[in-house]
Amino acid sequence: MLETVLKWLPFLGQGALVTVKITLLSGVLAMALAMLSGLGRTSTFALVRLIAAGYIELFRAASLLVLLFWVYFALPIAGVELSKTWSAVLAIGLNIGAYGGEIVRSSIQAIPSGQYEASIALNLSPFRRLVQIVLPQAIVRMLPPMGNLWIEMLKSTSLVYFITMSDLTYEAMILRNNYYNDTPVIFGLLLLIYYALSSCISLPINWLERRMTAWR
Amino acid sequence: MWDWDYAAEVTGILLKAIPNVLLATLGGFVLAAVLGLAFAALIRSRLTIVRNATKAFVHFIRSTPLLVQLFFLYYSLPMITPFSMTAFLTGVLGLGLHYSTYMSEVYRSGIDGVAKGQWEASTALNFSKRRTWFSVILPQAIPPVVPIMGNYLIVIFKETPTLSAITYIELLLRAKNEISVSYRVFEPYTITGVIFIVGSLLMSLAISRLQKRWMRKRAA
Repeated sequence: MLETVLKWLPFLGQGALVTVKITLLSGVLAMALAMLSGLGRTSTFALVRLIAAGYIELFRAASLLVLLFWVYFALPIAGVELSKTWSAVLAIGLNIGAYGGEIVRSSIQAIPSGQYEASIALNLSPFRRLVQIVLPQAIVRMLPPMGNLWIEMLKSTSLVYFITMSDLTYEAMILRNNYYNDTPVIFGLLLLIYYALSSCISLPINWLERRMTAWR
Repeated sequence: MWDWDYAAEVTGILLKAIPNVLLATLGGFVLAAVLGLAFAALIRSRLTIVRNATKAFVHFIRSTPLLVQLFFLYYSLPMITPFSMTAFLTGVLGLGLHYSTYMSEVYRSGIDGVAKGQWEASTALNFSKRRTWFSVILPQAIPPVVPIMGNYLIVIFKETPTLSAITYIELLLRAKNEISVSYRVFEPYTITGVIFIVGSLLMSLAISRLQKRWMRKRAA
C-alpha cells in the first residue's frame, strides 16, 4: 500500500503546485479588489461608493462555479479568450474579492470616530489619516476574517477541476481512473493534503493575530 | 452572439431545474442546522475527549473543499460501507455536513451570549442536562442568531452547482446538457448566472425583511 501511495505522490505534488499557484494568483487579485471596493464603499464620492457597492453586491450574489463556467466557456464567444489559469484566477479573484470588500469596509467602519476627529484636530491630510491612523488599526481587525477568506479561496480552487485544469482534485480523479479499487484511499489522502494546505494558511495567521493583538 | 428567441426557450428549460435546486438547498440547510446544533453542544461537553474530537472533526471538515467531500461520499463510501446513496442524498449530506461546521460556530456565538447566571440558576434548580439545554439555554441562544443562519441558506443555494460533479441534475448540469444539444454556449451559461444572482438577491431581500420583523417582534 505504502509503495502505491509513494507512486502517487509525484502526481499529487504536481497538482498541489497548481492549486497553490491558483490560490496565490487569485489571492493577489482578490486582496486588491477587496481593498479597492472596501475603501470605495467608505469614500466621500457617491459615484465611487455606488460602483464599489455594485461590485460587492453583484459578485457576492453570483455562484462561483457558474461564474467560472461563464468566464471560461461563454466569454470566448464574446471575443475574450482567457487561458484556464487566468479564467480561474479572474473568477475566483472577483468572487472572493467581493467578500473581502465587505471585511475591509466593516473593519474600517469599526474604527471609533474619535480616531477620525483626532486626526482632523491634528490637521493630518486624508491620505495620512488613512495610511497612518485608520489602516493600521483596521488591518488588525481584518486579520482573522481574512485568514478564513484565504481558506475559502484555497477550497474554492478545487472547482477548477470542472474546467479540466490539472489541480490537486483533477490529479486525484485521474489516479482514481488507474487505481479504481483504491478510491477511498485516494480521496482520503486528497482530503488530508487539502487540510495540510489549509493549515499552512491558518497557523501563520493565528500566530500573526496573537502577535498583533498582544498589546491588548 | 445573443439570440433572444433561443434565450427565452432556454430560460424555460432551465427554470424546470429550480425545484431540484431548492430541494437540495433546503435539505442541506435543515441538515446543517441540526448537525450544527449537535456539534455546538458536543463542543461544550464535559468530556475532554468528546470536546477535542468534535473540535478536530469540525475543523477538518471546514478546512477541506466541499467538492472533494462530495466525491468521497459518493464514490468511496459505497466501497468501504454497505451503503450507497443517490446523488441527491449524497448532495444533501455533503452540503449539510459541510455547512454544519459553519452553523455550529453560529450556535456557539448564540450559546456564549447566554448569561452565565442562567447555567448556574439551572444547576441551583437541579434541572437535568436536557432540561437545562432545551428549556433554558437554547430558547435564549437561538433567536438572536436566526438572522445569521438565514445567510447560510443563500450560501448553500449558491453552492448547489457543485452537486453537478456527482451527477445531480441541478441548474448547471441542465445548462450543460442543453449546450450539448444546441451547441450554443453563451445564452445557457449567462442565464444560469443571472438566475443565481437574481435568486440570491431575492433571498437576501426576503431574509432581511424577515430579520426586521423578527427583531421587532423580539423587541416588543
